[in-house]
Amino acid sequence: MSVLISLLIGLVFGCGLIVSGMGNPAKVLAFLDLAGDWDPSLALVMTGAIAVGLAAFRIAGRLPTSLRGKPLQMPTARQIDRRLLVGSALFGIGWGLAGICPGPALVLLGTGAAKGFVFVLAMLAGMAIFTAFERLSRARQAQSDAGK
Amino acid sequence: MITIDWLHFTPASALAGGLLIGLAAALLILLEGRIAGISGIIGGLLQPPRKGDVAWRLAFALGLVAAPMLYQVLAEMPQSRIDSGWATLVVAGLLVGFGSRLGSGCTSGHGVCGLSRLSPRSLAATIVFMTAGFVTVFAGRHLFA
Repeated sequence: MSVLISLLIGLVFGCGLIVSGMGNPAKVLAFLDLAGDWDPSLALVMTGAIAVGLAAFRIAGRLPTSLRGKPLQMPTARQIDRRLLVGSALFGIGWGLAGICPGPALVLLGTGAAKGFVFVLAMLAGMAIFTAFERLSRARQAQSDAGK
Repeated sequence: MITIDWLHFTPASALAGGLLIGLAAALLILLEGRIAGISGIIGGLLQPPRKGDVAWRLAFALGLVAAPMLYQVLAEMPQSRIDSGWATLVVAGLLVGFGSRLGSGCTSGHGVCGLSRLSPRSLAATIVFMTAGFVTVFAGRHLFA
C-alpha cells in the first residue's frame, strides 16, 4: 500500500513541478538571474507549496502518528554546522550552473531528454561519492577512536 | 535595479504548480509520516539498504519520472529547454548530488518542507543555496560572459 501511495504522491509532485515551470531549466535560470530580465514566477511556486506545507506540518505536529498509523519521521538535527552550509553552497552552485535540482532532474529524465539523462547520472554519481566519502570518514573516525 | 520580465512571468501556473507540490508534501507526511525531500529519498537508495525502506523510495522516484508521460496524455507539456552544454551538466549534476547530500537536503527538503516546519536549520540552508544560485548565475551571465 505504501508503495502505491508513494508512487501516486510522486506523480502529483512531478505534475506540480511541470505545471509550475520548475521542469524548465531555462525558466529556473531566468529566476536566478536577478541582474538580467528577471522572471519572478518561481517565487510563487515556493509561496504556494509552503502555504499548503505550513498547514500540513501544523496538523502533523499534533498527531501521534501519521493518519495511516505510521511513525512521523521528522528531522531531528538542529545545529547549523559547516556540513549544512558547505553542502548547501555546493548544491546552490550546481543549481545555478544548469538550473536543475533533484526533483526536476527526474522529471526531465521522464521527458526523454538526453541532457536530463546525463544530469541524473552525474547527480547519482555525486550522491554515491558522498556515501563513499561518509563511509571513509566514519572508518577513519573509528580508527582514531580505537587508537586512543 | 531589477527589471522584471513580464512577458515570461507566469504567476497563475507557478502558484498552481506550487500548490500541487505542497499537496504532495502534505500527503507524504500525513499519510506516510515522511518528509518529501527528493535528494534524501533518492540518496537513501544509494546507501546500504534497510529492510522495508527501498520500495517506497523507488516508487516515489518512479512517480516523478512517469509524471511527464502521464501529463502528456492529459494536457500539452509546457515548454522546457536545457541550454547548458554537456560538460556544464556533468559538473552541475555532481555538485547537486554531492552538495544536497552533504547539506541534508535540497529545494524540496529544506526549501519546501523545512520552511513549512519553520526549521531555522532549513532556513539557513535555503538562504545559502539560493544565494549561491543567484551568485553563480550572476557570475556566469554578467561577470564572465
